[in-house]
Amino acid sequence: MIFSIAARELRSLFLSPLAWAMLAVTQFILAFQFLSYIEHFIELQPQLAALEGAPGIADLIIAPLYADAAVVMLLITPLITMRVLSEERRSSTLSLLFSAPVSMTEITLGKYLGVLGYFIVLLGLLTLMPLALLAGSTLDLGKLVTCTLGLFLVLSAFAAIGVYLSSLTRQPTVAAVTTFGLLLLLWIIDRSASVPEGGVNVLGYLSMLSHYDPLLKGLVNSTDISYYLLVVVLFLGFTVRRLDAMRLQN
Amino acid sequence: MSNTVLVRATNLSRYYSQTCAVDDVSFELARGDVLGFLGPNGAGKSSTMQMLTGNLAPTTGGVEITGIDLLEAPKRAKREIGYLPEQPPVYRELTVDEYLAYCARLNRIAPGQQRAAVDTAKQRCGLTGVGRRLIGNLSKGYQQRVGIAQAIIHVPAVVILDEPTVGLDPIQIREIRDLIRELGRDHGIILSTHILPEVQATCNRVQIIHRGQLVYSDTLSGLEQQRRATSLLVHFNNQPDAEALQHIPGIERIESLKDGRWRLYFAGDDPSEVVVERAVQRGWRLSEISAERSTLEQVFIELTAGDPATRHDEAAA
Repeated sequence: MIFSIAARELRSLFLSPLAWAMLAVTQFILAFQFLSYIEHFIELQPQLAALEGAPGIADLIIAPLYADAAVVMLLITPLITMRVLSEERRSSTLSLLFSAPVSMTEITLGKYLGVLGYFIVLLGLLTLMPLALLAGSTLDLGKLVTCTLGLFLVLSAFAAIGVYLSSLTRQPTVAAVTTFGLLLLLWIIDRSASVPEGGVNVLGYLSMLSHYDPLLKGLVNSTDISYYLLVVVLFLGFTVRRLDAMRLQN
Repeated sequence: MSNTVLVRATNLSRYYSQTCAVDDVSFELARGDVLGFLGPNGAGKSSTMQMLTGNLAPTTGGVEITGIDLLEAPKRAKREIGYLPEQPPVYRELTVDEYLAYCARLNRIAPGQQRAAVDTAKQRCGLTGVGRRLIGNLSKGYQQRVGIAQAIIHVPAVVILDEPTVGLDPIQIREIRDLIRELGRDHGIILSTHILPEVQATCNRVQIIHRGQLVYSDTLSGLEQQRRATSLLVHFNNQPDAEALQHIPGIERIESLKDGRWRLYFAGDDPSEVVVERAVQRGWRLSEISAERSTLEQVFIELTAGDPATRHDEAAA
């Protein structure tokens, strides 16, 4: 049931030119970045060869590429998630789901997985670029895996937040703006953190970026993974509550 | 099986903050019933239907679908409901086939039977030729049919249709009415409309809702009886005087019409015979006599009008 809803969501996404345009633009920008990082690497290569324990391809090309990718995704996530529920409310197709024998949780998960499916396609296309380096160099595959995992977790969290904010309004544009605002806030929130000696950096903990960096460096911490999973569960839980409340207030 | 209760609504009420949209509505629907739900705009028809289908939570009261409580076991109860809201809930970017296949999956039809279910629904709603077309490119009437197909695809026990013939051409309306009558044989149907002849053409039970309250609930035949004549329209070539007409036994009140005809109001049995007899005796030369029946429309207006607040509500809605 969840997968039927997800499949319909994904299909509708790909029936609109928006999804294709977004894939193309993202791929173009990231490919451009990818090539410039390679060029940079080739320039540095003679000096790196002399160094003991010098950073490799993974550190100089893949990590910055995935860091850029997260920022690009931050910009396009709102455009992908904005319609998910608000459009259904606007064109009153939500009653199809409400009067079918499916629970609010199934609706939410279906919608969420549909969006996530799109992001997995994006992620797959992105990952092809570093994989292409395998042809001419040795690649630290472990780091590639952690980078991909990191970006996947970031996108999962983005999607959950986007789906929730889309359930709050009938206007897709309002959903897009609020999603963008919240994502950006969570991204940069640690900048203002001036932590007193021995204090706990709460804002730093909330920041998505601070949980993404370790993964790009190849460090897998259970705290970082739990952070993203918590964000996903929290916002999907909110969405289920929100759908339930729609029947109450209307 | 013919008298199984399919829908039981008990003391349904719904408030939108302070405004009461539906006020203590209770009714039952049995298998084989086609229930017409009538009411002026803003009377609470759509709210009631949304509550019956789980799209709106009632403030108080409960709904049972084939004996299953809708609020306690929504998933099981909703399997037995097909619902067409006022706006057909169609995805414009999908083709008719894709959309109906999705609806079949949503309603948990076994994978092996989905194709057959889609074909049957398409055939019943006259959509066989447009399966590959995008719903967004279809006319309003066809979109409406797709909406109906969606509501009946899983052969639910109860089909709830909110103004199903809006936007259809006369031939389509007739087809949809035939379809509703056909469905009514082994399903229970609730149909909201403000087109009165539609009720007469398709329903066997009528409920009129006004300002959130059920003001009338009866079978269509009961309504026919209620509609029995209360006045006679007569014309005499020799005008009698009003006094003489007034004294005919059984006549309560008379009214002189502009074209020389008279309207004779009566209570109780039809006094036509007495009137004819009297006319012959007195030589009034009766040239026309007919019983005037109140139409469903008049019953409807009687029950819902005469209340200035109605018009006010309508203006607000």
